[in-house]
Amino acid sequence: MTPSRAAFGAILGKDLRSELRTLQSLPAMALFAITSFVIFRFGLDRTQLSGSLASGVLWATLLFAAVLGINRLFVAEREEGGFDAIRLAPIDRSVLFAAKAAALLIYLLTLELVAVPIFALFFLDSAAGLLPLVLILLLADLGLAATGTLISSMAVNSRARDLLVPLVLLPLVVPLMIAATGATEPLLAVGGPGYDRFGTWLTVLGLYDLIFGLVGYAVFDFLLED
Amino acid sequence: MIDLLAATPALPLDEAGKYVAGAYVVFLVLIVVYVAIMAAKLQRIERELRELAGFAEQRKQEEEREEVSA
Amino acid sequence: MYGKGLRPLSIATVAMLALSLSLVFFYAPLDADQGFVQKIFYLHVPLAIVALMGFVVGGAFAIAHLRSGNRKWDAYSYVSIHMSVIFGVAVLVTGGIWAKASWGHWWVWDEPTLVSFLIVFLMYATYYPFRYAIEDPERQARYASVFAITAGAFVPLNFMAVRMAESLVHPRTFATANGGLPGEMMFVFLCSLATMALLWVTLVKFELTAKSASGQVKRLRRALDAPAPGAGSRIAPEVS
Repeated sequence: MTPSRAAFGAILGKDLRSELRTLQSLPAMALFAITSFVIFRFGLDRTQLSGSLASGVLWATLLFAAVLGINRLFVAEREEGGFDAIRLAPIDRSVLFAAKAAALLIYLLTLELVAVPIFALFFLDSAAGLLPLVLILLLADLGLAATGTLISSMAVNSRARDLLVPLVLLPLVVPLMIAATGATEPLLAVGGPGYDRFGTWLTVLGLYDLIFGLVGYAVFDFLLED
Repeated sequence: MIDLLAATPALPLDEAGKYVAGAYVVFLVLIVVYVAIMAAKLQRIERELRELAGFAEQRKQEEEREEVSA
Repeated sequence: MYGKGLRPLSIATVAMLALSLSLVFFYAPLDADQGFVQKIFYLHVPLAIVALMGFVVGGAFAIAHLRSGNRKWDAYSYVSIHMSVIFGVAVLVTGGIWAKASWGHWWVWDEPTLVSFLIVFLMYATYYPFRYAIEDPERQARYASVFAITAGAFVPLNFMAVRMAESLVHPRTFATANGGLPGEMMFVFLCSLATMALLWVTLVKFELTAKSASGQVKRLRRALDAPAPGAGSRIAPEVS
C-alpha cells in the first residue's frame, strides 16, 4: 500500500473512530433535521407534502444540517495540530482533503439514513420515490462533501469561523441544490414517482462533483502552506 | 422612424423614456459614486504625504541642529 | 508604475462612451417588440458580459498568484473581482429596471440569465467578509486566490443549472435580444461592449494606481520610521 493510501485510511479511520466515540456532530445534525421537519410542518401548515414542496423542504433541511457538520469538520485538526502533522509527513497533502471529504460524505449519508425515512414518515404518502432518491442523495452528497471540505478548511483558520461556512458555502452549492431538487421533485409527485429529466439532473450533479472534487484536490496544497 | 415609433406597442414613449433614462442614470450615479470614493482615498493619501513630508523635514532639521552642536 | 497608461486609457474610454451613447440613441433602430425600452439592452448586457469576464480574469490572476507566489497578482485578482462586483450591482439594477419596464415587475425569477447572475453576484459578494476574516496577510491572499479559482469554476456550472431549472413553459424573451440581432443593432451592441470593457480596464487600473500610491506612502512611512496612523481594522491587499 502506498504511503498516501495508508495516510488516507489512517486519517479517515481516526475521524470516524473519533466521531463514534464523542458523537459530536452526527446526533446534532440528525436532531436538527428532525426538528426542522416539525417546524416546516407548522410553518407551512401542512401534514402531507409532495412534489416541489416536499423536495424543497427535504433538501433545504439536509443542507442546513450538513452545514452544522461542515462547521466542525476541521476543528480537531486545528486544535490538535493535525495540519502540522500533514505538512511534515512525506505524502501528498491533498490526501487530507480526500480523507476529510470521505469522512464528511459518510456523515452526510448517515444523516440521511436517519432523516429521510423520518421525512417519509412525517410527510410522504408512499415510499415509492425513495429508492431512486438514494442515487440523488449519493451524488449530491459527493458534491457537498467536496465543496464543504474545501470551505471548511479555509474557514477554520479565520476569525468568524462559524459564520464563514454558511456564508460562503450556500451560494456555492446552489447549482447542486437546483439539480437535486429538480430531480427529486418528480420523484415525490402525487401520482407516483416521475423521472422527467432525471438523467439530465444526474449529469449536472455528476459534473458538479467532478469539477469541485478536482478543484478541491488541486488547490488544497496551497491552503496548507505555512 | 416616426412611423416605427407610432407603430410600437409596449409602453408609450414618454413612459418608456423614464425607464431608459432611469437605467442610464443608475449607471452614471454608480460611476460618480466610485469617483467620490476614490477622491476620498486620494485625500487620505495627500494628508498622509503631507504628514510624512513634515516629519521628514523635522528630522532633517534635528539632524542639522545636532551637527551644528556637535 | 501603475498610473502609466491611465490617461490615454481614460481618454479612449470617454471617447468610446460618447460614441456608444450617440449610437444607441441616434443610430440604433427601434425594436419592434419592446420599443424604446429595448435601449436598456445596450447598457445592461455589455455590463453583464464584462462583469462575468472580470470574474474569470480575477480567477486567472489568482492562478498566477498561487503559481508565482508574487502578491501583486493577488492585488490584481482582488481589484478585478471588486470591479466586477460593482459592475454586477449595475447589472442587477438595470436588469430590474428593464424587467419592470417590460413585464411590470422589478424582479422576475423566470429570466434564467438574471437569476444566475444574482447567484454569481451573491457568491462573489461573500469574497469580502471571507477575505477580511483571515488575519495573516499571506494566508489571506492565498485563501482568496483559492476562492477566486473555485468561484470561477462555479460560474459556468451555475449558469447551466439555472437555465435548466427554468420551466419549459416560460418563453425566453431575451433570447430574441441576443440571437438574430439585425446588423445595426449588433454594431451598436459591439460598440457598447467595447466601451464597457474599456471602462472596466480603466477603472481597474485606476484602483490599482490608488492602491499603489497607498503602498508607496506606507513604504515611505516605514523608511522614515514615522509613527503609523490609527491602524485600519482589517488587512487589505497591498500593492507596492
